[in-house]
Amino acid sequence: MVLIAKTLLQNWKIFFIEAGALSEFTGRFFTQGFRPRYEFREFVKQCFLIGYQSLALIALTAFIMGLVLTMQLRPSLVAYGVESQLPAMVGIAIVREIGPVLTALIFAGKIGSSIGAELGSMKVTEQIDAMEVSGTNPFKYLVVTRVFAATLMMPILVMLSICISLFGSYLGVNIRGVTSFHLFWTQIFDFLKFSDIIPAFIKSFFFGFAVGIIGCYKGYYSSKGTEGVGRSANSAVVVASVVVFIIDLIAVQITDVLGLN
Amino acid sequence: MRSQPASLPLAPGKQDQTVIEVKDLNKAFGDNKVLQGFNLELKKGENLVVLGKSGSGKSVLIKCIIGLLAPDKGSIHVLGESIPDLNESELDKIRVQIGFLFQSNALYDSMTVRDNLEFPLRRHWMQNATQDVDEMVMEALSDVGLVHTVDMMPIELSGGMRKRIALARTLILKPGIILYDEPTTGLDPITAREISELIVDIQKKYKASSLIITHDMRCVEITADRVIILVNGRCYATGSFEELKRSTDPQVKHFFD
Repeated sequence: MVLIAKTLLQNWKIFFIEAGALSEFTGRFFTQGFRPRYEFREFVKQCFLIGYQSLALIALTAFIMGLVLTMQLRPSLVAYGVESQLPAMVGIAIVREIGPVLTALIFAGKIGSSIGAELGSMKVTEQIDAMEVSGTNPFKYLVVTRVFAATLMMPILVMLSICISLFGSYLGVNIRGVTSFHLFWTQIFDFLKFSDIIPAFIKSFFFGFAVGIIGCYKGYYSSKGTEGVGRSANSAVVVASVVVFIIDLIAVQITDVLGLN
Repeated sequence: MRSQPASLPLAPGKQDQTVIEVKDLNKAFGDNKVLQGFNLELKKGENLVVLGKSGSGKSVLIKCIIGLLAPDKGSIHVLGESIPDLNESELDKIRVQIGFLFQSNALYDSMTVRDNLEFPLRRHWMQNATQDVDEMVMEALSDVGLVHTVDMMPIELSGGMRKRIALARTLILKPGIILYDEPTTGLDPITAREISELIVDIQKKYKASSLIITHDMRCVEITADRVIILVNGRCYATGSFEELKRSTDPQVKHFFD
Protein backbone atom coordinates (compact mmCIF):
# COMPACT_ATOMS: atom_id res chain seq x y z
CA MET A 1 0.00 0.00 0.00
CA VAL A 2 2.84 2.34 0.95
CA LEU A 3 4.65 1.33 -2.24
CA ILE A 4 1.59 2.18 -4.37
CA ALA A 5 1.25 5.54 -2.62
CA LYS A 6 4.94 6.27 -3.16
CA THR A 7 4.70 5.34 -6.85
CA LEU A 8 1.62 7.52 -7.30
CA LEU A 9 3.33 10.40 -5.55
CA GLN A 10 6.41 9.96 -7.73
CA ASN A 11 4.28 9.90 -10.91
CA TRP A 12 2.46 13.07 -9.86
CA LYS A 13 5.81 14.72 -9.18
CA ILE A 14 7.07 13.74 -12.67
CA PHE A 15 3.81 14.97 -14.19
CA PHE A 16 4.13 18.40 -12.56
CA ILE A 17 7.81 18.70 -13.47
CA GLU A 18 6.98 17.84 -17.11
CA ALA A 19 4.03 20.24 -17.15
CA GLY A 20 6.23 23.00 -15.73
CA ALA A 21 8.99 22.35 -18.27
CA LEU A 22 6.46 22.30 -21.14
CA SER A 23 4.97 25.60 -19.91
CA GLU A 24 8.44 27.14 -19.78
CA PHE A 25 9.14 25.84 -23.29
CA THR A 26 5.85 27.35 -24.51
CA GLY A 27 6.74 30.64 -22.82
CA ARG A 28 10.09 30.61 -24.59
CA PHE A 29 8.25 30.08 -27.88
CA PHE A 30 6.14 33.20 -27.33
CA THR A 31 9.16 35.22 -26.20
CA GLN A 32 11.33 34.26 -29.15
CA GLY A 33 8.74 33.55 -31.82
CA PHE A 34 7.71 37.14 -32.45
CA ARG A 35 11.16 38.74 -32.34
CA PRO A 36 13.51 39.02 -35.31
CA ARG A 37 15.33 37.28 -36.83
CA TYR A 38 12.44 35.58 -38.65
CA GLU A 39 13.25 32.26 -40.30
CA PHE A 40 10.82 32.73 -43.19
CA ARG A 41 12.42 30.28 -45.63
CA GLU A 42 12.49 27.49 -43.07
CA PHE A 43 8.88 28.29 -42.10
CA VAL A 44 7.72 27.95 -45.72
CA LYS A 45 9.66 24.69 -46.06
CA GLN A 46 8.06 23.34 -42.89
CA CYS A 47 4.59 24.39 -44.10
CA PHE A 48 5.20 22.30 -47.21
CA LEU A 49 6.56 19.33 -45.29
CA ILE A 50 3.94 19.41 -42.55
CA GLY A 51 0.95 20.30 -44.72
CA TYR A 52 1.56 18.59 -48.01
CA GLN A 53 3.01 15.41 -46.60
CA SER A 54 0.08 14.81 -44.24
CA LEU A 55 -2.52 15.52 -46.91
CA ALA A 56 -2.78 12.04 -48.46
CA LEU A 57 -3.15 10.25 -45.14
CA ILE A 58 -5.66 12.74 -43.78
CA ALA A 59 -7.66 12.69 -47.04
CA LEU A 60 -7.83 8.90 -47.05
CA THR A 61 -8.90 8.58 -43.41
CA ALA A 62 -11.38 11.43 -43.76
CA PHE A 63 -12.99 9.84 -46.82
CA ILE A 64 -13.30 6.46 -45.11
CA MET A 65 -14.64 8.05 -41.92
CA GLY A 66 -17.34 9.96 -43.84
CA LEU A 67 -18.35 6.81 -45.72
CA VAL A 68 -18.37 4.52 -42.66
CA LEU A 69 -20.15 7.00 -40.40
CA THR A 70 -22.93 7.39 -42.96
CA MET A 71 -23.33 3.64 -43.39
CA GLN A 72 -23.36 3.08 -39.62
CA LEU A 73 -25.92 5.81 -38.94
CA ARG A 74 -28.34 4.83 -41.66
CA PRO A 75 -29.99 1.79 -39.88
CA SER A 76 -30.77 3.86 -36.75
CA LEU A 77 -32.29 6.69 -38.78
CA VAL A 78 -34.27 4.21 -40.93
CA ALA A 79 -35.67 2.69 -37.71
CA TYR A 80 -37.01 6.10 -36.67
CA GLY A 81 -38.17 6.95 -40.18
CA VAL A 82 -35.86 9.94 -40.55
CA GLU A 83 -33.49 8.56 -43.18
CA SER A 84 -33.86 11.78 -45.15
CA GLN A 85 -32.01 13.60 -42.34
CA LEU A 86 -28.91 11.46 -42.86
CA PRO A 87 -26.82 14.06 -44.79
CA ALA A 88 -27.64 16.80 -42.28
CA MET A 89 -26.82 14.64 -39.29
CA VAL A 90 -23.55 13.36 -40.74
CA GLY A 91 -22.66 16.87 -41.89
CA ILE A 92 -23.07 18.36 -38.42
CA ALA A 93 -21.16 15.51 -36.75
CA ILE A 94 -18.28 15.84 -39.21
CA VAL A 95 -18.04 19.60 -39.21
CA ARG A 96 -18.41 20.16 -35.48
CA GLU A 97 -16.50 17.25 -34.03
CA ILE A 98 -15.29 14.32 -36.06
CA GLY A 99 -13.48 16.25 -38.79
CA PRO A 100 -11.33 18.47 -36.52
CA VAL A 101 -10.62 15.81 -33.87
CA LEU A 102 -9.90 13.00 -36.30
CA THR A 103 -7.60 15.23 -38.34
CA ALA A 104 -5.83 16.39 -35.18
CA LEU A 105 -5.26 12.81 -34.06
CA ILE A 106 -3.88 11.74 -37.44
CA PHE A 107 -1.79 14.91 -37.47
CA ALA A 108 -0.46 14.12 -33.98
CA GLY A 109 0.44 10.60 -35.11
CA LYS A 110 2.20 11.67 -38.29
CA ILE A 111 3.60 15.13 -37.59
CA GLY A 112 4.01 14.96 -33.79
CA SER A 113 6.06 11.78 -34.03
CA SER A 114 8.01 13.06 -37.03
CA ILE A 115 8.97 16.33 -35.30
CA GLY A 116 9.78 14.49 -32.05
CA ALA A 117 11.99 11.96 -33.83
CA GLU A 118 13.70 14.53 -36.07
CA LEU A 119 14.60 16.95 -33.29
CA GLY A 120 15.42 14.07 -30.95
CA SER A 121 17.82 12.62 -33.47
CA MET A 122 19.36 16.06 -34.04
CA LYS A 123 19.76 16.46 -30.29
CA VAL A 124 21.52 13.16 -29.64
CA THR A 125 23.84 13.56 -32.64
CA GLU A 126 24.80 17.08 -31.46
CA GLN A 127 23.33 18.75 -34.56
CA ILE A 128 21.40 21.20 -32.37
CA ASP A 129 24.62 22.05 -30.52
CA ALA A 130 26.38 22.45 -33.89
CA MET A 131 23.71 24.93 -34.95
CA GLU A 132 24.11 26.84 -31.70
CA VAL A 133 27.91 27.06 -31.89
CA SER A 134 27.67 28.28 -35.49
CA GLY A 135 25.82 31.33 -34.16
CA THR A 136 22.33 30.21 -35.20
CA ASN A 137 19.56 30.17 -32.63
CA PRO A 138 18.31 26.56 -32.91
CA PHE A 139 15.14 27.35 -31.00
CA LYS A 140 14.07 29.92 -33.56
CA TYR A 141 15.25 27.88 -36.52
CA LEU A 142 13.87 24.50 -35.48
CA VAL A 143 11.11 25.05 -32.93
CA VAL A 144 9.47 28.37 -33.82
CA THR A 145 9.21 27.52 -37.53
CA ARG A 146 7.73 24.07 -36.91
CA VAL A 147 5.20 25.26 -34.33
CA PHE A 148 4.02 28.13 -36.54
CA ALA A 149 3.81 25.80 -39.56
CA ALA A 150 1.82 23.20 -37.61
CA THR A 151 -0.52 25.91 -36.24
CA LEU A 152 -1.15 27.32 -39.70
CA MET A 153 -1.45 24.04 -41.60
CA MET A 154 -3.84 22.35 -39.19
CA PRO A 155 -6.96 24.50 -39.94
CA ILE A 156 -6.31 24.12 -43.68
CA LEU A 157 -6.05 20.37 -43.30
CA VAL A 158 -9.19 20.30 -41.14
CA MET A 159 -11.21 22.17 -43.78
CA LEU A 160 -9.94 19.85 -46.51
CA SER A 161 -10.61 16.84 -44.33
CA ILE A 162 -14.20 17.97 -43.68
CA CYS A 163 -14.85 18.44 -47.41
CA ILE A 164 -13.38 15.05 -48.30
CA SER A 165 -15.27 13.40 -45.45
CA LEU A 166 -18.54 14.84 -46.76
CA PHE A 167 -17.74 13.47 -50.22
CA GLY A 168 -17.24 10.08 -48.54
CA SER A 169 -20.58 10.55 -46.84
CA TYR A 170 -22.23 11.35 -50.18
CA LEU A 171 -20.94 8.04 -51.51
CA GLY A 172 -22.23 6.31 -48.35
CA VAL A 173 -25.69 7.82 -48.76
CA ASN A 174 -25.82 6.56 -52.35
CA ILE A 175 -24.73 3.01 -51.63
CA ARG A 176 -28.16 2.06 -50.23
CA GLY A 177 -30.27 4.86 -51.65
CA VAL A 178 -30.38 7.54 -54.28
CA THR A 179 -29.73 11.15 -53.33
CA SER A 180 -28.68 13.72 -55.87
CA PHE A 181 -25.49 15.65 -55.37
CA HIS A 182 -27.43 18.90 -55.19
CA LEU A 183 -29.93 17.59 -52.64
CA PHE A 184 -27.18 16.14 -50.47
CA TRP A 185 -25.34 19.45 -50.19
CA THR A 186 -28.56 21.45 -49.84
CA GLN A 187 -29.58 19.32 -46.86
CA ILE A 188 -26.18 19.79 -45.23
CA PHE A 189 -26.06 23.55 -45.72
CA ASP A 190 -29.66 23.97 -44.60
CA PHE A 191 -28.69 22.63 -41.21
CA LEU A 192 -25.16 23.98 -40.90
CA LYS A 193 -24.64 27.44 -39.42
CA PHE A 194 -21.60 29.62 -39.19
CA SER A 195 -21.63 28.93 -35.47
CA ASP A 196 -20.92 25.29 -36.33
CA ILE A 197 -18.00 26.05 -38.59
CA ILE A 198 -16.24 28.88 -36.76
CA PRO A 199 -15.57 27.06 -33.44
CA ALA A 200 -14.29 24.04 -35.37
CA PHE A 201 -12.00 26.29 -37.36
CA ILE A 202 -10.72 28.14 -34.29
CA LYS A 203 -10.05 25.06 -32.21
CA SER A 204 -8.07 23.52 -35.05
CA PHE A 205 -5.47 26.30 -34.63
CA PHE A 206 -5.06 25.20 -31.01
CA PHE A 207 -4.82 21.55 -32.06
CA GLY A 208 -2.03 22.41 -34.51
CA PHE A 209 -0.21 24.50 -31.93
CA ALA A 210 -0.46 21.70 -29.33
CA VAL A 211 0.87 19.03 -31.70
CA GLY A 212 3.72 21.30 -32.86
CA ILE A 213 4.85 22.48 -29.43
CA ILE A 214 4.63 19.04 -27.81
CA GLY A 215 6.50 17.36 -30.70
CA CYS A 216 9.22 20.01 -30.51
CA TYR A 217 9.44 19.87 -26.71
CA LYS A 218 9.80 16.10 -26.65
CA GLY A 219 12.41 16.12 -29.40
CA TYR A 220 14.36 19.14 -28.17
CA TYR A 221 14.89 17.60 -24.73
CA SER A 222 15.48 14.09 -25.98
CA SER A 223 18.26 12.17 -24.22
CA LYS A 224 19.68 8.68 -23.73
CA GLY A 225 20.70 8.08 -27.35
CA THR A 226 18.63 6.28 -29.95
CA GLU A 227 16.35 4.78 -27.30
CA GLY A 228 15.55 8.32 -26.19
CA VAL A 229 14.67 9.33 -29.77
CA GLY A 230 12.10 6.52 -29.99
CA ARG A 231 10.71 7.48 -26.61
CA SER A 232 10.46 11.14 -27.64
CA ALA A 233 8.55 10.29 -30.82
CA ASN A 234 6.23 7.96 -28.94
CA SER A 235 5.49 10.29 -26.04
CA ALA A 236 5.00 13.21 -28.46
CA VAL A 237 2.11 11.30 -30.06
CA VAL A 238 0.60 10.14 -26.77
CA VAL A 239 0.78 13.53 -25.01
CA ALA A 240 -0.36 15.46 -28.10
CA SER A 241 -3.36 13.14 -28.57
CA VAL A 242 -4.43 13.55 -24.94
CA VAL A 243 -4.00 17.33 -25.16
CA VAL A 244 -6.11 17.39 -28.35
CA PHE A 245 -8.99 15.79 -26.41
CA ILE A 246 -8.51 18.21 -23.50
CA ILE A 247 -8.59 21.20 -25.87
CA ASP A 248 -11.69 19.75 -27.51
CA LEU A 249 -13.38 19.41 -24.13
CA ILE A 250 -12.55 23.01 -23.22
CA ALA A 251 -13.70 24.22 -26.66
CA VAL A 252 -17.06 22.46 -26.26
CA GLN A 253 -17.52 24.05 -22.83
CA ILE A 254 -16.71 27.49 -24.19
CA THR A 255 -19.05 27.19 -27.18
CA ASP A 256 -21.74 25.96 -24.79
CA VAL A 257 -21.28 28.94 -22.46
CA LEU A 258 -21.35 31.29 -25.45
CA GLY A 259 -24.57 29.67 -26.65
CA LEU A 260 -23.08 28.45 -29.91
CA ASN A 261 -24.19 24.82 -29.47
CA MET B 1 32.92 42.11 -54.42
CA ARG B 2 33.11 39.23 -52.03
CA SER B 3 32.63 39.96 -48.34
CA GLN B 4 34.52 37.51 -46.23
CA PRO B 5 34.92 37.28 -42.50
CA ALA B 6 38.13 38.55 -41.01
CA SER B 7 40.46 35.78 -39.94
CA LEU B 8 40.91 36.96 -36.36
CA PRO B 9 39.59 40.14 -34.78
CA LEU B 10 42.75 41.05 -32.87
CA ALA B 11 44.38 44.42 -32.99
CA PRO B 12 47.51 44.56 -35.21
CA GLY B 13 50.74 44.29 -33.28
CA LYS B 14 49.25 42.04 -30.63
CA GLN B 15 50.38 38.80 -32.20
CA ASP B 16 51.16 37.04 -28.88
CA GLN B 17 47.83 37.98 -27.44
CA THR B 18 45.92 35.39 -25.45
CA VAL B 19 42.79 34.41 -27.35
CA ILE B 20 41.34 32.04 -24.75
CA GLU B 21 41.90 32.36 -21.02
CA VAL B 22 40.32 29.96 -18.53
CA LYS B 23 40.87 30.57 -14.82
CA ASP B 24 39.86 28.41 -11.86
CA LEU B 25 37.14 26.64 -13.86
CA ASN B 26 34.84 24.40 -11.83
CA LYS B 27 32.04 22.28 -13.20
CA ALA B 28 30.12 19.49 -11.48
CA PHE B 29 27.18 17.32 -12.47
CA GLY B 30 25.49 16.46 -9.18
CA ASP B 31 28.16 14.95 -6.95
CA ASN B 32 30.49 14.29 -9.89
CA LYS B 33 33.07 17.09 -9.83
CA VAL B 34 34.37 17.10 -13.41
CA LEU B 35 36.54 20.22 -13.44
CA GLN B 36 38.12 21.52 -10.25
CA GLY B 37 40.03 24.75 -10.68
CA PHE B 38 41.22 24.19 -14.26
CA ASN B 39 43.39 26.88 -15.86
CA LEU B 40 44.30 27.34 -19.52
CA GLU B 41 45.73 29.99 -21.83
CA LEU B 42 45.69 29.75 -25.61
CA LYS B 43 47.90 32.20 -27.50
CA LYS B 44 47.23 33.45 -30.99
CA GLY B 45 48.43 31.01 -33.66
CA GLU B 46 49.15 28.27 -31.12
CA ASN B 47 48.09 24.61 -31.30
CA LEU B 48 47.29 23.65 -27.72
CA VAL B 49 46.32 20.07 -26.89
CA VAL B 50 44.44 19.10 -23.74
CA LEU B 51 45.24 15.48 -23.07
CA GLY B 52 43.22 13.37 -20.69
CA LYS B 53 41.64 9.99 -20.20
CA SER B 54 38.07 9.30 -21.34
CA GLY B 55 35.62 10.84 -18.90
CA SER B 56 38.19 13.24 -17.47
CA GLY B 57 36.14 16.31 -18.44
CA LYS B 58 37.83 17.33 -21.69
CA SER B 59 34.59 17.71 -23.62
CA VAL B 60 32.99 19.53 -20.69
CA LEU B 61 35.87 22.01 -20.78
CA ILE B 62 35.48 22.71 -24.49
CA LYS B 63 31.69 23.04 -24.14
CA CYS B 64 32.15 25.55 -21.32
CA ILE B 65 34.52 27.56 -23.54
CA ILE B 66 32.00 27.74 -26.40
CA GLY B 67 29.14 28.55 -23.99
CA LEU B 68 27.17 25.32 -24.39
CA LEU B 69 27.61 24.62 -20.67
CA ALA B 70 27.67 27.20 -17.91
CA PRO B 71 30.56 26.89 -15.44
CA ASP B 72 29.80 26.62 -11.72
CA LYS B 73 32.75 28.82 -10.84
CA GLY B 74 35.70 30.49 -12.54
CA SER B 75 36.18 32.73 -15.55
CA ILE B 76 36.35 32.04 -19.29
CA HIS B 77 37.51 34.81 -21.61
CA VAL B 78 37.48 34.35 -25.38
CA LEU B 79 38.87 37.21 -27.50
CA GLY B 80 38.64 39.35 -24.37
CA GLU B 81 34.94 38.64 -23.76
CA SER B 82 33.72 36.89 -20.62
CA ILE B 83 31.71 33.99 -22.03
CA PRO B 84 29.47 33.28 -18.99
CA ASP B 85 28.43 36.95 -18.86
CA LEU B 86 27.37 37.28 -22.51
CA ASN B 87 23.73 37.26 -23.56
CA GLU B 88 22.52 35.09 -26.43
CA SER B 89 23.13 37.55 -29.26
CA GLU B 90 26.57 38.58 -27.94
CA LEU B 91 27.46 34.91 -27.63
CA ASP B 92 26.36 34.30 -31.23
CA LYS B 93 28.68 37.08 -32.44
CA ILE B 94 31.65 35.51 -30.64
CA ARG B 95 30.73 32.02 -31.84
CA VAL B 96 30.95 33.11 -35.46
CA GLN B 97 34.66 33.70 -34.84
CA ILE B 98 35.13 30.22 -33.35
CA GLY B 99 35.05 26.98 -35.30
CA PHE B 100 34.00 23.85 -33.44
CA LEU B 101 34.65 20.35 -34.70
CA PHE B 102 32.39 17.93 -32.85
CA GLN B 103 33.46 14.46 -31.84
CA SER B 104 30.38 13.08 -33.61
CA ASN B 105 30.91 15.49 -36.57
CA ALA B 106 27.31 16.74 -36.10
CA LEU B 107 26.69 17.12 -39.84
CA TYR B 108 23.09 18.03 -40.64
CA ASP B 109 22.00 14.69 -42.01
CA SER B 110 18.96 16.03 -43.86
CA MET B 111 21.19 18.31 -45.97
CA THR B 112 23.73 17.63 -48.71
CA VAL B 113 27.40 18.40 -48.17
CA ARG B 114 26.91 21.66 -50.11
CA ASP B 115 23.96 22.68 -47.91
CA ASN B 116 25.89 21.77 -44.77
CA LEU B 117 28.68 24.12 -45.79
CA GLU B 118 26.38 26.83 -47.09
CA PHE B 119 24.29 26.86 -43.92
CA PRO B 120 26.63 29.02 -41.75
CA LEU B 121 27.57 31.18 -44.76
CA ARG B 122 24.00 31.98 -45.76
CA ARG B 123 23.10 32.79 -42.20
CA HIS B 124 25.97 35.12 -41.45
CA TRP B 125 26.81 36.60 -44.83
CA MET B 126 23.48 36.57 -46.60
CA GLN B 127 24.51 39.34 -48.98
CA ASN B 128 26.95 36.99 -50.68
CA ALA B 129 26.03 36.17 -54.26
CA THR B 130 25.44 32.53 -55.14
CA GLN B 131 28.68 32.46 -57.11
CA ASP B 132 30.67 33.71 -54.11
CA VAL B 133 29.06 31.19 -51.79
CA ASP B 134 29.79 28.46 -54.31
CA GLU B 135 33.45 29.50 -54.51
CA MET B 136 33.78 29.52 -50.73
CA VAL B 137 32.18 26.07 -50.45
CA MET B 138 34.52 24.68 -53.10
CA GLU B 139 37.55 26.27 -51.43
CA ALA B 140 36.67 24.72 -48.07
CA LEU B 141 36.09 21.34 -49.72
CA SER B 142 39.35 21.67 -51.62
CA ASP B 143 41.17 22.31 -48.31
CA VAL B 144 40.02 18.92 -47.06
CA GLY B 145 40.40 17.20 -50.45
CA LEU B 146 36.73 16.28 -50.94
CA VAL B 147 35.45 18.49 -53.77
CA HIS B 148 33.78 15.49 -55.43
CA THR B 149 31.43 14.92 -52.47
CA VAL B 150 29.70 18.30 -52.82
CA ASP B 151 26.30 16.89 -53.78
CA MET B 152 26.41 13.80 -51.60
CA MET B 153 24.46 13.24 -48.38
CA PRO B 154 26.43 12.72 -45.13
CA ILE B 155 25.06 9.17 -44.85
CA GLU B 156 26.84 8.27 -48.11
CA LEU B 157 30.26 9.21 -46.71
CA SER B 158 32.76 7.17 -44.71
CA GLY B 159 33.70 8.14 -41.13
CA GLY B 160 36.92 9.85 -42.24
CA MET B 161 35.16 11.72 -45.03
CA ARG B 162 32.48 12.92 -42.65
CA LYS B 163 35.17 14.19 -40.30
CA ARG B 164 36.77 16.10 -43.18
CA ILE B 165 33.45 17.59 -44.24
CA ALA B 166 32.78 18.63 -40.65
CA LEU B 167 36.21 20.26 -40.66
CA ALA B 168 35.40 22.02 -43.94
CA ARG B 169 32.18 23.35 -42.39
CA THR B 170 34.19 24.56 -39.40
CA LEU B 171 36.59 26.37 -41.74
CA ILE B 172 34.03 27.98 -44.01
CA LEU B 173 33.62 31.09 -41.85
CA LYS B 174 37.42 31.35 -41.59
CA PRO B 175 37.41 31.36 -37.78
CA GLY B 176 40.30 32.75 -35.77
CA ILE B 177 39.97 30.00 -33.17
CA ILE B 178 39.21 26.35 -33.86
CA LEU B 179 38.14 23.95 -31.11
CA TYR B 180 38.57 20.26 -31.89
CA ASP B 181 36.70 17.76 -29.72
CA GLU B 182 38.40 14.35 -30.10
CA PRO B 183 39.12 14.84 -33.84
CA THR B 184 40.50 11.33 -34.40
CA THR B 185 38.15 9.26 -32.25
CA GLY B 186 36.55 6.35 -34.08
CA LEU B 187 38.88 6.57 -37.08
CA ASP B 188 41.37 3.97 -38.27
CA PRO B 189 45.07 4.83 -37.60
CA ILE B 190 45.76 5.95 -41.20
CA THR B 191 42.74 8.23 -41.40
CA ALA B 192 43.44 9.51 -37.89
CA ARG B 193 46.95 10.46 -38.99
CA GLU B 194 45.57 12.18 -42.10
CA ILE B 195 43.15 14.21 -39.98
CA SER B 196 45.96 15.18 -37.58
CA GLU B 197 48.12 16.34 -40.50
CA LEU B 198 45.16 18.22 -41.91
CA ILE B 199 44.79 20.09 -38.60
CA VAL B 200 48.42 21.20 -38.87
CA ASP B 201 48.01 22.21 -42.55
CA ILE B 202 44.90 24.23 -41.69
CA GLN B 203 46.68 25.95 -38.83
CA LYS B 204 49.48 26.93 -41.21
CA LYS B 205 47.11 28.15 -43.92
CA TYR B 206 44.62 30.07 -41.78
CA LYS B 207 46.97 31.04 -38.92
CA ALA B 208 44.20 30.03 -36.56
CA SER B 209 44.63 29.24 -32.89
CA SER B 210 43.59 25.68 -32.12
CA LEU B 211 42.50 23.95 -28.94
CA ILE B 212 42.54 20.21 -29.46
CA ILE B 213 40.95 17.84 -26.96
CA THR B 214 42.13 14.28 -27.38
CA HIS B 215 43.47 11.11 -25.81
CA ASP B 216 45.14 9.97 -29.05
CA MET B 217 48.93 10.24 -28.52
CA ARG B 218 49.69 10.12 -32.25
CA CYS B 219 47.41 13.11 -32.79
CA VAL B 220 49.10 14.92 -29.89
CA GLU B 221 52.56 14.26 -31.35
CA ILE B 222 51.59 15.58 -34.79
CA THR B 223 49.51 18.60 -33.81
CA ALA B 224 50.71 19.96 -30.47
CA ASP B 225 52.82 23.06 -29.92
CA ARG B 226 52.04 22.70 -26.25
CA VAL B 227 50.24 20.04 -24.20
CA ILE B 228 48.19 20.27 -21.01
CA ILE B 229 47.53 17.04 -19.15
CA LEU B 230 44.15 17.00 -17.44
CA VAL B 231 43.94 14.78 -14.36
CA ASN B 232 41.17 14.84 -11.74
CA GLY B 233 39.71 18.00 -13.24
CA ARG B 234 42.93 19.97 -12.85
CA CYS B 235 45.84 20.95 -15.06
CA TYR B 236 48.34 18.31 -13.91
CA ALA B 237 51.27 19.05 -16.20
CA THR B 238 52.09 21.28 -19.14
CA GLY B 239 54.88 21.46 -21.69
CA SER B 240 55.81 20.43 -25.20
CA PHE B 241 55.21 16.85 -26.35
CA GLU B 242 58.94 16.03 -26.07
CA GLU B 243 59.26 17.56 -22.59
CA LEU B 244 56.32 15.59 -21.28
CA LYS B 245 57.54 12.43 -22.97
CA ARG B 246 60.78 12.70 -20.99
CA SER B 247 58.93 13.20 -17.71
CA THR B 248 59.44 10.63 -14.97
CA ASP B 249 56.17 11.46 -13.22
CA PRO B 250 54.09 8.25 -13.18
CA GLN B 251 50.83 10.04 -14.05
CA VAL B 252 52.46 11.69 -17.09
CA LYS B 253 54.41 8.56 -18.10
CA HIS B 254 51.14 6.64 -18.06
CA PHE B 255 49.98 8.56 -21.15
CA PHE B 256 53.16 7.83 -23.11
CA ASP B 257 53.52 4.12 -22.25
